[in-house]
Amino acid sequence: MSNLAKVVGWVDDRFPLTSTWKTHISEYYAPKNFNFWYYFGSLAMLVLVIQLVTGIFLTMNYKPDARYAFASVEYIMRDVNYGWLIRYMHSTGASMFFVVVYLHMVRGLMYGSYRKPRELVWMIGMGIYLCLMGEAFMGYLLPWGQMSYWGAQVIISLFDAISPPLALWIRGDYVVSDATLNRFFAFHVIALPLVLVGLVLVHIVALHEVGSNNPDGIEIKKNKDPKTGIPLDGINFHPYYTVKDLVGVSVFLAIFSAVVFFAPEMGGYFLEANNFIPADPMKTPPHIAPVWYFTPFYAILRAVPQKQLGVLAMGAAVVIFLALPWLDRGIVKSIRYRGNLYKTAFGIFIVSFLILGYMGTQDPNLWYVNPVSRICSITYFLFFLAMPIYTRLDKTRQVPDRVTE
Amino acid sequence: MMTSFLQQIARLVAGAGLVAGLWVSGAQANEGVAVDHAPLNLGDKASLQRGARTFANYCQNCHSAQYLRYSKLTDIGLSEEDIKGNLMFTTEKIGDPMIVALDRADAKQWFGVVPPDLSVEARVRGADWLYTYLRGFYKDPSRPTGWNNVAYPNVGMPHVLYELQGVQKLETVKTAAGGEGKEGAEKSGAEEHHRLVLVKPGKLSPVEYDQFTADLVNYLVWMSEPARASRVQIGVLVIFFLTLMFFLTLALKKEFWKDIH
Repeated sequence: MSNLAKVVGWVDDRFPLTSTWKTHISEYYAPKNFNFWYYFGSLAMLVLVIQLVTGIFLTMNYKPDARYAFASVEYIMRDVNYGWLIRYMHSTGASMFFVVVYLHMVRGLMYGSYRKPRELVWMIGMGIYLCLMGEAFMGYLLPWGQMSYWGAQVIISLFDAISPPLALWIRGDYVVSDATLNRFFAFHVIALPLVLVGLVLVHIVALHEVGSNNPDGIEIKKNKDPKTGIPLDGINFHPYYTVKDLVGVSVFLAIFSAVVFFAPEMGGYFLEANNFIPADPMKTPPHIAPVWYFTPFYAILRAVPQKQLGVLAMGAAVVIFLALPWLDRGIVKSIRYRGNLYKTAFGIFIVSFLILGYMGTQDPNLWYVNPVSRICSITYFLFFLAMPIYTRLDKTRQVPDRVTE
Repeated sequence: MMTSFLQQIARLVAGAGLVAGLWVSGAQANEGVAVDHAPLNLGDKASLQRGARTFANYCQNCHSAQYLRYSKLTDIGLSEEDIKGNLMFTTEKIGDPMIVALDRADAKQWFGVVPPDLSVEARVRGADWLYTYLRGFYKDPSRPTGWNNVAYPNVGMPHVLYELQGVQKLETVKTAAGGEGKEGAEKSGAEEHHRLVLVKPGKLSPVEYDQFTADLVNYLVWMSEPARASRVQIGVLVIFFLTLMFFLTLALKKEFWKDIH
């Protein structure tokens, strides 16, 4: 017995090292027909790590104080060695996190990954998404620019519409101030990252319990090799998907680096021009728009004429994803075997979401913004609310026993 | 594999969304002002140095650049002696930030507003706006300073460079029916165009003044992000490395997946 094996054996007697490695990595059997859409789970974890590591280094020089916050960010950009790189990686990472997570969610929608037995995987995933929204919102206040300040002011005023004491409790002051900055800093660097990492672990444990879905929506555990008990359409996660995900990582990092090094502001979508002006509580910017990843929901908020109802509609637009496993009454999981009813509904939903995202960036005084936002808000909600009906009426095709491709 | 048409559409739509999300457009914080294109060249050290000189002599009396240290000017090819001898008026230490001696309360009284710090101004306004602004001052007796600006109406700042540019006047050109003088033109605007006319030449010719302001804008852009040059340089290497990594990982993947059918 080699020395290494002895050490591993010693650990195994005291901690489930080998068995954990086998359960979750080397002998976790994933369907062999994963396609393009299956890269985004591992990529989301990569971005999480990028954010954690760059965040730690930013914290070393950032000052969570209304007097020094803006200056400390410029200090990082100019005087800290490679501070600009760390900061741009973090600011680009925030946006890319949402790009990756949105694509990951679209995958879940398309292939019915939220359906039984994966309801919990989906719901925990939604928890991650909510947590990510909070993390992004609080992090955006920290540079203490005009958009940081007024964006936070606007979002917190939404809570004000529901319950003024609640808004006061969140801000810790009657306006966004140093107190707000400090508590947002605490939430951004400690509280939410802890929850986020915890939820990601739970997400993976839950997934590995039920097994991965696939583009055909077939349960590979139904067809096992009678001798070994291994799913016939399953392959070891390691090495097959670890090496495959490395290809995805290379492509993703190339896109990520292209933004970081050549267009860190991304034309004002990742870093807004107004945020290079220090926060000024006395001067409201003429046009306040949230960062792009919040704009679909912001558009829904503005589409409703009454503010309290708008806030509720915006909240419902996010939370309604949790109900998906029970709204969908189709007999097949994957869009591949669904009929035209579902495909049409899905297409309209995606287009509505994108249009809402665009409308959320536009000045609400433009004539088309409100009417278009209203129509798209309705189609957005109809996708969910009418789902029990159209998924049942839909003419689905026969799902094969074994995965295709 | 049988991929349905709609699924391909879905994929395209998602791809388009990604592209739309990443769409690069010049989104600076200007409210509907037509701007001229600034001829930037951040590699032109002589231009940056001329801009630095202009900034120290004309702008820095009122505007600080507090996030920039004087020592950083060595990046644009100036020696420490050059900087100390020609550009540092408020301090003796080369590592000091570019602050101003102007008292904030005085400034507020004189101009109605404290002149903003210009360290990152180019990232707020964009180079084109700055280029238009610096060339856009005109005589306007209705303003307390006697000056107004086409890019920044009713700006608090007087035309500091008028000795060089000369004095401009805003003329209203009528192209179609309507037009009841300047006041009305500002409201309707559809058939009328404003044109800046040089009524009194300055020390520089218009062409020279354009070059002068272009240098200054070039410098302001450099100052807003001194790391920009090294950022792009490193970026090229990183992309090159990642391209190699892509082919390497692709080969690895193909090797491992040979036996999966």
